[in-house]
Amino acid sequence: MEMNRRKFLKLGTAAVAGLGVAAASSNPAVAAAVNGSYKESAGKRSDVTWGMVIDMKKMDEATLNKCIEACHKFHNVPNIDTKKDEVKWIWSEPFEHLFLDEVHDKMGDKYKDMSFMTICNHCDEPVCVRVCPVKATFKNAQGVVGMDMHRCLGCRNCMAACPYGARSFNYKNPRNYLDEINPSYPTRMKGVVEKCNFCSERLAVGEMPLCVEEAGGAIIFGDINDPNSAVSKAIADNFTLQRRTNLGTKPKVYYIV
Amino acid sequence: MKKTNMIIGLVIFAVLVTVPFWSAILSPASGAAPEVSFDTPVINQLSGDDYKCVEDVEWMRAHHMDLLSDWKVEVVREGTRVYVSNDGTEYLASLQNTCFECHSNYEDFCLKCHTYSNVTPTCWDCHVEPTVVGGAN
Repeated sequence: MEMNRRKFLKLGTAAVAGLGVAAASSNPAVAAAVNGSYKESAGKRSDVTWGMVIDMKKMDEATLNKCIEACHKFHNVPNIDTKKDEVKWIWSEPFEHLFLDEVHDKMGDKYKDMSFMTICNHCDEPVCVRVCPVKATFKNAQGVVGMDMHRCLGCRNCMAACPYGARSFNYKNPRNYLDEINPSYPTRMKGVVEKCNFCSERLAVGEMPLCVEEAGGAIIFGDINDPNSAVSKAIADNFTLQRRTNLGTKPKVYYIV
Repeated sequence: MKKTNMIIGLVIFAVLVTVPFWSAILSPASGAAPEVSFDTPVINQLSGDDYKCVEDVEWMRAHHMDLLSDWKVEVVREGTRVYVSNDGTEYLASLQNTCFECHSNYEDFCLKCHTYSNVTPTCWDCHVEPTVVGGAN
Protein backbone atom coordinates (compact mmCIF):
# COMPACT_ATOMS: atom_id res chain seq x y z
CA MET A 1 0.00 0.00 0.00
CA GLU A 2 1.25 3.41 -0.92
CA MET A 3 1.67 5.46 2.28
CA ASN A 4 2.07 9.18 2.09
CA ARG A 5 2.48 11.57 4.99
CA ARG A 6 -1.19 12.54 5.06
CA LYS A 7 -2.41 8.94 5.21
CA PHE A 8 0.12 8.07 7.90
CA LEU A 9 -1.03 10.90 10.16
CA LYS A 10 -4.71 10.01 9.66
CA LEU A 11 -4.19 6.36 10.49
CA GLY A 12 -1.90 7.17 13.40
CA THR A 13 -4.38 9.58 14.99
CA ALA A 14 -7.22 7.09 14.63
CA ALA A 15 -5.12 4.33 16.19
CA VAL A 16 -4.09 6.44 19.20
CA ALA A 17 -7.68 7.62 19.78
CA GLY A 18 -8.92 4.03 19.55
CA LEU A 19 -6.34 2.87 22.11
CA GLY A 20 -7.38 5.67 24.49
CA VAL A 21 -11.06 4.73 24.29
CA ALA A 22 -10.26 1.06 24.80
CA ALA A 23 -8.12 1.82 27.87
CA ALA A 24 -10.80 4.02 29.44
CA SER A 25 -13.65 1.59 28.79
CA SER A 26 -11.75 -1.50 29.86
CA ASN A 27 -11.67 -0.32 33.47
CA PRO A 28 -14.96 1.40 34.30
CA ALA A 29 -14.30 1.25 38.05
CA VAL A 30 -11.30 3.50 37.67
CA ALA A 31 -13.01 5.92 35.33
CA ALA A 32 -15.89 6.83 37.66
CA ALA A 33 -15.61 9.78 40.06
CA VAL A 34 -17.39 10.29 43.39
CA ASN A 35 -21.07 10.34 42.52
CA GLY A 36 -22.84 9.61 45.78
CA SER A 37 -24.80 12.47 47.29
CA TYR A 38 -24.88 14.29 50.59
CA LYS A 39 -27.60 15.24 53.00
CA GLU A 40 -27.88 17.09 56.28
CA SER A 41 -28.05 15.20 59.54
CA ALA A 42 -31.48 15.07 61.14
CA GLY A 43 -31.70 17.87 63.69
CA LYS A 44 -29.21 20.22 62.07
CA ARG A 45 -30.49 23.78 61.94
CA SER A 46 -29.35 25.63 58.85
CA ASP A 47 -31.42 28.82 58.97
CA VAL A 48 -29.80 30.24 62.11
CA THR A 49 -27.01 32.53 63.22
CA TRP A 50 -25.46 31.05 66.32
CA GLY A 51 -24.63 33.32 69.23
CA MET A 52 -23.74 32.90 72.88
CA VAL A 53 -24.51 34.73 76.10
CA ILE A 54 -22.26 34.02 79.08
CA ASP A 55 -24.02 34.89 82.31
CA MET A 56 -21.22 35.88 84.67
CA LYS A 57 -23.65 36.03 87.60
CA LYS A 58 -24.00 32.27 87.33
CA MET A 59 -20.60 31.35 85.89
CA ASP A 60 -18.30 30.55 88.78
CA GLU A 61 -14.75 29.22 88.75
CA ALA A 62 -15.81 25.59 89.16
CA THR A 63 -18.30 25.73 86.30
CA LEU A 64 -15.75 27.41 84.08
CA ASN A 65 -13.20 24.71 84.82
CA LYS A 66 -15.77 22.05 84.01
CA CYS A 67 -16.41 23.71 80.63
CA ILE A 68 -12.70 23.95 79.87
CA GLU A 69 -12.09 20.35 80.80
CA ALA A 70 -14.99 18.96 78.78
CA CYS A 71 -14.05 21.03 75.73
CA HIS A 72 -10.33 20.34 75.81
CA LYS A 73 -10.80 16.65 76.49
CA PHE A 74 -13.22 16.11 73.64
CA HIS A 75 -11.32 18.20 71.10
CA ASN A 76 -7.92 16.75 71.97
CA VAL A 77 -6.52 20.13 73.00
CA PRO A 78 -3.01 19.59 74.36
CA ASN A 79 -2.10 20.67 77.86
CA ILE A 80 1.17 22.62 77.58
CA ASP A 81 2.35 24.59 80.58
CA THR A 82 4.54 27.25 79.03
CA LYS A 83 2.78 30.48 78.13
CA LYS A 84 4.32 30.73 74.68
CA ASP A 85 3.45 27.19 73.61
CA GLU A 86 0.08 26.78 75.31
CA VAL A 87 -2.98 25.86 73.26
CA LYS A 88 -6.44 26.87 74.42
CA TRP A 89 -10.01 26.88 73.15
CA ILE A 90 -11.65 28.11 76.36
CA TRP A 91 -9.76 29.82 79.12
CA SER A 92 -10.10 32.20 82.04
CA GLU A 93 -9.08 35.84 81.81
CA PRO A 94 -9.50 38.71 84.32
CA PHE A 95 -12.02 41.46 83.55
CA GLU A 96 -9.31 44.05 82.99
CA HIS A 97 -7.80 42.01 80.16
CA LEU A 98 -11.08 41.23 78.51
CA PHE A 99 -12.68 44.67 78.64
CA LEU A 100 -9.72 47.02 78.24
CA ASP A 101 -11.88 50.03 77.51
CA GLU A 102 -14.19 49.54 80.48
CA VAL A 103 -11.44 49.62 83.11
CA HIS A 104 -10.61 52.86 84.92
CA ASP A 105 -7.77 53.45 87.34
CA LYS A 106 -9.92 53.57 90.48
CA MET A 107 -11.72 50.33 89.74
CA GLY A 108 -11.57 47.93 92.65
CA ASP A 109 -9.36 44.87 92.40
CA LYS A 110 -12.25 42.55 93.00
CA TYR A 111 -13.83 43.71 89.74
CA LYS A 112 -10.60 44.05 87.79
CA ASP A 113 -9.52 40.53 88.70
CA MET A 114 -12.88 38.85 88.25
CA SER A 115 -12.25 35.82 86.03
CA PHE A 116 -14.23 35.61 82.84
CA MET A 117 -14.77 32.74 80.50
CA THR A 118 -12.99 33.55 77.25
CA ILE A 119 -13.49 31.92 73.86
CA CYS A 120 -13.41 32.82 70.19
CA ASN A 121 -16.06 35.49 69.55
CA HIS A 122 -17.12 34.07 66.19
CA CYS A 123 -17.23 37.59 64.81
CA ASP A 124 -19.70 38.55 62.14
CA GLU A 125 -16.88 40.50 60.47
CA PRO A 126 -13.98 38.16 61.29
CA VAL A 127 -10.57 39.69 60.67
CA CYS A 128 -8.92 36.29 60.79
CA VAL A 129 -10.96 35.18 57.77
CA ARG A 130 -9.91 38.25 55.80
CA VAL A 131 -6.20 37.75 56.39
CA CYS A 132 -6.00 33.99 55.84
CA PRO A 133 -4.14 33.51 52.54
CA VAL A 134 -5.49 29.99 51.94
CA LYS A 135 -9.06 30.32 53.23
CA ALA A 136 -8.34 27.81 55.96
CA THR A 137 -10.40 29.99 58.27
CA PHE A 138 -13.90 30.68 57.05
CA LYS A 139 -17.29 31.81 58.30
CA ASN A 140 -19.97 29.22 57.61
CA ALA A 141 -23.65 29.75 56.76
CA GLN A 142 -24.62 29.68 60.45
CA GLY A 143 -22.08 32.36 61.32
CA VAL A 144 -19.57 30.04 62.96
CA VAL A 145 -15.95 30.92 62.27
CA GLY A 146 -14.36 27.57 61.62
CA MET A 147 -11.01 26.23 60.59
CA ASP A 148 -10.17 23.76 57.87
CA MET A 149 -7.07 22.15 59.34
CA HIS A 150 -6.35 20.46 56.01
CA ARG A 151 -5.59 23.88 54.58
CA CYS A 152 -3.82 25.72 57.39
CA LEU A 153 -0.19 26.30 56.54
CA GLY A 154 0.74 27.89 59.84
CA CYS A 155 1.51 31.43 58.65
CA ARG A 156 -0.13 32.86 61.80
CA ASN A 157 -1.59 35.90 60.03
CA CYS A 158 -4.86 35.12 61.80
CA MET A 159 -3.16 35.19 65.18
CA ALA A 160 -1.74 38.61 64.49
CA ALA A 161 -5.09 39.82 63.20
CA CYS A 162 -7.37 38.48 65.94
CA PRO A 163 -7.87 41.27 68.50
CA TYR A 164 -9.05 38.77 71.11
CA GLY A 165 -6.09 36.39 71.30
CA ALA A 166 -8.45 33.53 70.60
CA ARG A 167 -5.97 31.57 68.52
CA SER A 168 -3.15 29.27 69.51
CA PHE A 169 -0.29 27.95 67.44
CA ASN A 170 0.99 24.41 67.76
CA TYR A 171 4.67 25.03 68.33
CA LYS A 172 5.01 21.43 69.46
CA ASN A 173 3.50 18.13 68.43
CA PRO A 174 0.21 18.25 70.34
CA ARG A 175 0.03 14.45 70.64
CA ASN A 176 2.94 14.54 73.05
CA TYR A 177 0.87 16.67 75.43
CA LEU A 178 -2.31 14.63 75.56
CA ASP A 179 -2.87 12.22 78.42
CA GLU A 180 -5.61 10.50 76.50
CA ILE A 181 -6.67 10.84 72.89
CA ASN A 182 -10.37 10.99 72.09
CA PRO A 183 -10.71 8.64 69.10
CA SER A 184 -13.83 10.36 67.76
CA TYR A 185 -12.12 13.69 67.08
CA PRO A 186 -8.83 14.43 65.29
CA THR A 187 -5.81 15.92 66.98
CA ARG A 188 -3.81 18.64 65.29
CA MET A 189 -0.26 18.49 64.00
CA LYS A 190 2.73 20.64 64.76
CA GLY A 191 2.61 23.89 62.79
CA VAL A 192 -1.09 24.70 62.57
CA VAL A 193 -3.25 27.27 64.34
CA GLU A 194 -6.33 26.22 66.26
CA LYS A 195 -9.22 27.75 68.21
CA CYS A 196 -12.76 27.18 69.44
CA ASN A 197 -15.10 26.02 66.66
CA PHE A 198 -18.39 26.58 68.56
CA CYS A 199 -18.57 22.76 68.52
CA SER A 200 -19.59 22.85 64.86
CA GLU A 201 -19.27 19.05 64.78
CA ARG A 202 -22.07 18.94 67.36
CA LEU A 203 -24.16 21.73 65.83
CA ALA A 204 -24.05 19.80 62.55
CA VAL A 205 -25.93 16.93 64.16
CA GLY A 206 -28.33 19.07 66.17
CA GLU A 207 -26.52 19.08 69.51
CA MET A 208 -25.54 22.07 71.65
CA PRO A 209 -21.87 22.94 72.26
CA LEU A 210 -20.17 21.04 75.08
CA CYS A 211 -19.56 24.11 77.26
CA VAL A 212 -23.25 25.02 77.04
CA GLU A 213 -24.19 21.58 78.32
CA GLU A 214 -21.57 21.68 81.07
CA ALA A 215 -22.42 25.17 82.28
CA GLY A 216 -25.87 24.28 83.56
CA GLY A 217 -27.60 27.51 82.57
CA ALA A 218 -24.65 29.89 82.88
CA ILE A 219 -24.27 29.87 79.09
CA ILE A 220 -27.20 30.56 76.81
CA PHE A 221 -26.80 29.51 73.20
CA GLY A 222 -29.07 29.92 70.22
CA ASP A 223 -30.18 31.87 67.18
CA ILE A 224 -29.39 35.56 67.68
CA ASN A 225 -31.46 36.47 64.62
CA ASP A 226 -34.62 35.04 66.14
CA PRO A 227 -36.06 37.63 68.58
CA ASN A 228 -37.91 34.89 70.46
CA SER A 229 -34.92 32.68 71.14
CA ALA A 230 -33.62 32.39 74.69
CA VAL A 231 -30.34 33.97 73.64
CA SER A 232 -32.02 37.03 72.10
CA LYS A 233 -34.22 37.47 75.16
CA ALA A 234 -31.22 37.26 77.46
CA ILE A 235 -29.52 39.99 75.43
CA ALA A 236 -32.67 42.15 75.40
CA ASP A 237 -33.45 41.82 79.11
CA ASN A 238 -29.98 42.15 80.59
CA PHE A 239 -27.13 44.62 80.53
CA THR A 240 -24.58 42.89 78.32
CA LEU A 241 -21.02 43.66 77.29
CA GLN A 242 -19.08 42.59 74.26
CA ARG A 243 -15.34 42.67 73.80
CA ARG A 244 -13.99 45.70 71.94
CA THR A 245 -17.07 46.61 69.92
CA ASN A 246 -15.25 49.72 68.69
CA LEU A 247 -13.20 47.55 66.33
CA GLY A 248 -16.24 46.66 64.23
CA THR A 249 -15.67 42.94 64.30
CA LYS A 250 -19.22 42.37 65.61
CA PRO A 251 -18.62 39.53 68.08
CA LYS A 252 -21.39 37.00 68.67
CA VAL A 253 -20.41 36.31 72.27
CA TYR A 254 -22.17 38.49 74.89
CA TYR A 255 -21.46 38.78 78.60
CA ILE A 256 -24.04 39.47 81.30
CA VAL A 257 -21.95 41.18 83.96
CA MET B 1 43.02 -5.45 25.14
CA LYS B 2 41.70 -1.96 25.40
CA LYS B 3 38.56 -2.97 23.57
CA THR B 4 37.87 -5.98 25.86
CA ASN B 5 38.18 -3.76 28.95
CA MET B 6 35.73 -1.38 27.46
CA ILE B 7 33.22 -4.15 26.76
CA ILE B 8 33.58 -5.60 30.29
CA GLY B 9 33.06 -2.13 31.70
CA LEU B 10 29.95 -1.64 29.58
CA VAL B 11 28.50 -4.99 30.69
CA ILE B 12 29.07 -4.15 34.38
CA PHE B 13 27.49 -0.76 33.81
CA ALA B 14 24.46 -2.26 32.09
CA VAL B 15 23.97 -4.80 34.88
CA LEU B 16 24.20 -2.13 37.58
CA VAL B 17 21.79 0.21 35.83
CA THR B 18 19.19 -2.51 35.42
CA VAL B 19 19.40 -3.76 39.03
CA PRO B 20 15.85 -2.60 39.91
CA PHE B 21 14.39 -4.55 36.99
CA TRP B 22 16.04 -7.93 37.32
CA SER B 23 16.04 -7.92 41.11
CA ALA B 24 12.27 -7.45 40.95
CA ILE B 25 11.98 -10.32 38.49
CA LEU B 26 14.23 -12.63 40.52
CA SER B 27 12.56 -12.11 43.91
CA PRO B 28 9.06 -13.54 43.48
CA ALA B 29 7.30 -11.74 46.35
CA SER B 30 8.32 -8.16 45.76
CA GLY B 31 6.14 -7.58 42.72
CA ALA B 32 2.99 -9.07 44.17
CA ALA B 33 0.24 -6.79 45.38
CA PRO B 34 -0.18 -6.95 49.16
CA GLU B 35 -3.02 -8.87 50.74
CA VAL B 36 -4.98 -6.49 52.92
CA SER B 37 -6.74 -7.97 55.88
CA PHE B 38 -10.48 -7.77 56.50
CA ASP B 39 -10.16 -9.69 59.72
CA THR B 40 -11.54 -7.19 62.24
CA PRO B 41 -14.22 -7.72 64.89
CA VAL B 42 -16.75 -5.47 63.14
CA ILE B 43 -16.20 -6.82 59.62
CA ASN B 44 -16.39 -10.41 60.88
CA GLN B 45 -19.88 -9.74 62.15
CA LEU B 46 -21.11 -8.52 58.78
CA SER B 47 -22.86 -10.99 56.52
CA GLY B 48 -25.08 -11.10 53.45
CA ASP B 49 -26.13 -7.70 52.16
CA ASP B 50 -24.42 -5.92 55.06
CA TYR B 51 -21.03 -7.20 53.99
CA LYS B 52 -20.06 -4.21 51.89
CA CYS B 53 -18.00 -1.04 51.97
CA VAL B 54 -19.34 2.50 51.52
CA GLU B 55 -19.10 2.00 47.76
CA ASP B 56 -18.20 -0.90 45.52
CA VAL B 57 -14.92 -2.51 46.64
CA GLU B 58 -13.12 -2.11 43.32
CA TRP B 59 -14.11 1.54 43.22
CA MET B 60 -13.03 2.07 46.83
CA ARG B 61 -9.62 0.60 46.07
CA ALA B 62 -9.05 3.07 43.30
CA HIS B 63 -10.92 6.06 44.69
CA HIS B 64 -11.03 6.05 48.50
CA MET B 65 -8.75 9.07 48.52
CA ASP B 66 -11.14 10.99 46.25
CA LEU B 67 -14.07 10.04 48.45
CA LEU B 68 -12.25 11.13 51.61
CA SER B 69 -11.21 14.37 50.00
CA ASP B 70 -14.82 14.99 48.99
CA TRP B 71 -16.05 14.21 52.51
CA LYS B 72 -13.44 16.53 53.98
CA VAL B 73 -14.83 19.51 52.07
CA GLU B 74 -18.49 18.70 52.69
CA VAL B 75 -18.03 18.00 56.38
CA VAL B 76 -15.59 20.71 57.36
CA ARG B 77 -16.75 23.57 55.20
CA GLU B 78 -20.45 22.86 54.63
CA GLY B 79 -21.20 20.99 57.84
CA THR B 80 -23.03 18.33 55.83
CA ARG B 81 -22.19 15.07 57.47
CA VAL B 82 -24.30 12.36 55.88
CA TYR B 83 -23.08 10.64 52.71
CA VAL B 84 -25.60 8.74 50.62
CA SER B 85 -23.79 6.07 48.63
CA ASN B 86 -24.75 4.86 45.18
CA ASP B 87 -26.90 2.05 46.55
CA GLY B 88 -28.77 4.51 48.79
CA THR B 89 -27.18 3.57 52.11
CA GLU B 90 -26.46 6.50 54.43
CA TYR B 91 -23.14 6.87 56.17
CA LEU B 92 -21.73 9.41 58.58
CA ALA B 93 -18.98 11.00 56.51
CA SER B 94 -16.10 10.51 58.91
CA LEU B 95 -12.75 8.79 58.61
CA GLN B 96 -12.38 8.20 62.34
CA ASN B 97 -16.00 7.46 63.17
CA THR B 98 -17.05 5.48 60.09
CA CYS B 99 -14.06 4.02 58.19
CA PHE B 100 -12.14 2.97 61.30
CA GLU B 101 -15.25 1.43 62.79
CA CYS B 102 -14.75 -1.48 60.39
CA HIS B 103 -11.13 -1.02 59.34
CA SER B 104 -9.70 -0.98 62.82
CA ASN B 105 -6.52 -2.69 61.58
CA TYR B 106 -4.45 0.25 60.37
CA GLU B 107 -1.23 -1.78 60.06
CA ASP B 108 -2.76 -4.61 58.04
CA PHE B 109 -5.07 -2.49 55.97
CA CYS B 110 -4.15 1.14 55.23
CA LEU B 111 -0.44 0.83 55.77
CA LYS B 112 0.04 -2.29 53.65
CA CYS B 113 -1.09 -0.73 50.39
CA HIS B 114 0.38 2.66 51.16
CA THR B 115 3.77 1.06 51.74
CA TYR B 116 3.46 -1.05 48.59
CA SER B 117 2.54 1.93 46.43
CA ASN B 118 5.08 4.13 48.18
CA VAL B 119 2.66 6.85 49.21
CA THR B 120 2.72 8.68 52.53
CA PRO B 121 -0.65 10.34 53.05
CA THR B 122 -0.64 13.03 55.75
CA CYS B 123 -4.02 11.90 57.15
CA TRP B 124 -2.42 10.36 60.21
CA ASP B 125 -0.72 13.57 61.32
CA CYS B 126 -4.05 14.55 62.82
CA HIS B 127 -6.58 11.77 62.33
CA VAL B 128 -6.23 9.21 65.02
CA GLU B 129 -5.60 5.75 63.61
CA PRO B 130 -7.07 2.96 65.72
CA THR B 131 -3.71 1.77 67.07
CA VAL B 132 -2.93 5.14 68.64
CA VAL B 133 -6.13 5.22 70.65
CA GLY B 134 -5.72 4.73 74.33
CA GLY B 135 -2.42 6.51 74.83
CA ALA B 136 -0.25 9.27 73.49
CA ASN B 137 2.47 8.26 71.08
